[in-house]
Amino acid sequence: MNLTLKIWRQKNATSKGRFVTYKVNDISTSSSFLEMMDVLNESLVMKGEDPVAFDHDCREGICGACSMYINGHPHGPDKAVTTCQLHMRKFSDGETIVIEPWRARPFPVLKDLIVDRSAFDKIIQAGGYISVNTGGIPDANAIPIPKVKADLSMDAAACIGCGACVAACKNASAMLFVSAKVSQFALLPQGRIEAAERVQAMVAEMDKQGFGNCTNTGACEAECPKEISISNIARMNREFLSAKVCAPKVKEMNEGGG
Amino acid sequence: MAELNSKIPKGLLPQKWTDYKNHINLVNPPNKRKLEIIVVGTGLAGASAAASLAEMGFKVKNYCYQDSPRRAHSIAAQGGINAAKNYQNDGDSVYRLFYDTIKGGDYRAREANVYRLAEVSNSIIDQCVAQGVPFAREYGGLLDNRSFGGAQVSRTFYARGQTGQQLLIGAYSALSRQIKKGNVEMFTRHEMLDVVLVEGKARGIIVRNLVTGAIERHAAHAVVLATGGYGNVFFLSTNAMGSNATAIWKAHKRGAFFGNPCFTQIHPTCIPVHGDFQSKLTLMSESLRNDGRIWVPKKKEDAEKIRHGKLLPTAIAEEDRDYYLERRYPAFGNLVPRDVASRAAKERCDAGFGVGETGLAVYLDFSDSINRLGKSTIEARYGNLFQMYEKIVDENPYKTPMMIYPAVHYTMGGLWVDYELMTTVPGLFAIGEANFSDHGANRLGASALMQGLADGYFVLPYTIQNYLADQIRVPKFSTDLPEFKQTEKEATDRLQRLMNVKGNQTVDSFHRRLGLIMWDNVGMGRNEAGLKNAIVEIAKLREEFWKDVKISGEPNEINPELEKAGRVADFLELGELMARDALNRNESCGGHFREEYQTPEGEAMRNDEDFKYAAAWEYTGESAEPKLNKEILDYEFIEVKQRNYK
Repeated sequence: MNLTLKIWRQKNATSKGRFVTYKVNDISTSSSFLEMMDVLNESLVMKGEDPVAFDHDCREGICGACSMYINGHPHGPDKAVTTCQLHMRKFSDGETIVIEPWRARPFPVLKDLIVDRSAFDKIIQAGGYISVNTGGIPDANAIPIPKVKADLSMDAAACIGCGACVAACKNASAMLFVSAKVSQFALLPQGRIEAAERVQAMVAEMDKQGFGNCTNTGACEAECPKEISISNIARMNREFLSAKVCAPKVKEMNEGGG
Repeated sequence: MAELNSKIPKGLLPQKWTDYKNHINLVNPPNKRKLEIIVVGTGLAGASAAASLAEMGFKVKNYCYQDSPRRAHSIAAQGGINAAKNYQNDGDSVYRLFYDTIKGGDYRAREANVYRLAEVSNSIIDQCVAQGVPFAREYGGLLDNRSFGGAQVSRTFYARGQTGQQLLIGAYSALSRQIKKGNVEMFTRHEMLDVVLVEGKARGIIVRNLVTGAIERHAAHAVVLATGGYGNVFFLSTNAMGSNATAIWKAHKRGAFFGNPCFTQIHPTCIPVHGDFQSKLTLMSESLRNDGRIWVPKKKEDAEKIRHGKLLPTAIAEEDRDYYLERRYPAFGNLVPRDVASRAAKERCDAGFGVGETGLAVYLDFSDSINRLGKSTIEARYGNLFQMYEKIVDENPYKTPMMIYPAVHYTMGGLWVDYELMTTVPGLFAIGEANFSDHGANRLGASALMQGLADGYFVLPYTIQNYLADQIRVPKFSTDLPEFKQTEKEATDRLQRLMNVKGNQTVDSFHRRLGLIMWDNVGMGRNEAGLKNAIVEIAKLREEFWKDVKISGEPNEINPELEKAGRVADFLELGELMARDALNRNESCGGHFREEYQTPEGEAMRNDEDFKYAAAWEYTGESAEPKLNKEILDYEFIEVKQRNYK
């Protein structure tokens, strides 16, 4: 199939970007979207032009590196896939495809389609963990966990941290990402111990990083490649409220020797 | 020949690790704060080591080429992690896990290391549960297990088809906690280019900041490489696009011996290759072999019709199907180890019974299990894998059998390390897939996660202290030492040389050609003529690369082409060493199958008389042949036998 690509090109974080139009021909319908980009880049290199820079690594939908905003959708038109798992059979011959980076202030563009998502790491560093050191741990079966809860926790833990939820949201909210981590731990007895401190610390960091708030449009859930449920946001709001009301205020969870 | 000291502790096998821990030198808390450790890589081994060392009080610097430590390729492991818990009451024990691993590795691993691995396996599960890893559970609330190849017990813990992801995120969260506390300094989008030696000891690394292109010098009292395997030498593999051998290869060229480079694992259940533009291969978890039956048509004419699209697999009658693993290996059936399953698939396809458009595929069929257990049970077990398959292949595996074919997946070889996980360069350690240690000639399923976390959480944090206890009087190093400047200059010059070639062929085109040479000659079946041919061809390709590679852009910016070029340049050297090692090893064992050495039934023929050793290759210079050193493997506690899965 032959395609027209309109791709956002931006030399670096400080320069101004623009759309550049490219043509690619003879693309196989069974190749992945990134393999199509590889074909484009090979031809650009051969012409002595700068290839399009984009983040990618595992190419099997799990590392969360790839991040293209395709025809107005994070990860493109197909449901429940990352860009690397999107296949060209989802497009038609002769189509024009618009490719942009994630657009959100907390994710500044570094080059072309590469953005800086370290704000997500900062949120995890603020409290996305259970404070246990290596060693001296009781037997794994010492605390039974209801299967239903373990499964719900796993549903939330499936998040790959790609940032599609932020890119999809008109407020650039990171609530789906943060709530998935909060929920994973809040549902487990091991995570309950610091639940109140965790949710407060992570929400505070989320705000500090400049992510917007949730206005319940549900775009994040609709575009999430791992189909993380928006009910996690409801759970996080509940956790946050009860922490504010019931628990002593904790500024930084690791100050208490966590 | 240099003397290889594996430093295996004396005493009975079950006591070695305990005795070792009781007698090593430790570093007291105030001194820990003065000692710096560089950890390169943030996969299961790297992240768990960085977090554990920081918790103990050391100052850690941690590096990854990705934009976040959470993206290391351990994340893609699907099936599970082994441990000798015996929760299923099916007769498992530390000894059994140890024995299965040694046997699975075809008696080419070090007994003491493997026993230690089995011993600490249980602590890993405890640790992960405490971190909030949501492992699969039974209705009673206890942990669930499943079976994997090469074992007759159920000892594999799993989190759906995303076990690697969940374990990695667990290690990443522990790491994040230490970053927040200031005990770990994290460098993302940084790639290691070389290791710096001062007076023969590893004292730092040279890295490239992948955003600015700046070359930086970083110093420490010890350097730990946790940079994974080198499967991407084959171009097409299940590794991530960025997975590379540069760190270990540069360490090798600075004096670290390379152990068993030819031991490569070809995983039997991957989605078959579909075209020339393909960039990587996708694994389908081995756990699928619990409920899937592998077959090809019994009649060649049926296979041919299928290849031409004139016959559907579902139309082939039961008696016309050849369930070749069940036929050849009745005791283990579809759950034979990976090397055995891969070779059996190749044998059938080479004989003309393969399916799919190319004839390079076999069926993995779930219809019996769906009939027996119901679709919903199969969906609960493998739903995400089936979905992934359908996205890629555009076929519904609930209705038509999956097609699979072997692909390069893991490298058992790596930097040679002693019992303390130290390479032959003092102060330079290698952990996880980057070292050669525990899997011998073939790794069992669900054992990579176990080894990565064992090394990082429970082994290295002890053994590195035995080295560092000596270093407490050594002040912090200045990166202005001539050794740092010189190594930096060499790294910069090399990048400039690459940029200056200004040839006519892309990096990927060279990588693809190297991959083909490797797959055809150093892949699933190897022989003397092919290996000799590969050595010549790789050398020619390397020469062509340095004369004709074309890299666009500048070195002082984000430049993925330059990143790839540096990695491919190293693969072009490592590939040759793999071929040399395979040529030297005149036997078939595990993943290394030399066609000259097989039984009349086509089973691998080991030669314990001449090859019961780990090959440790020593770099001797650009144009000189590498030197072979041997670590003879003594089996004190188990009897070395012909591996039998019949």
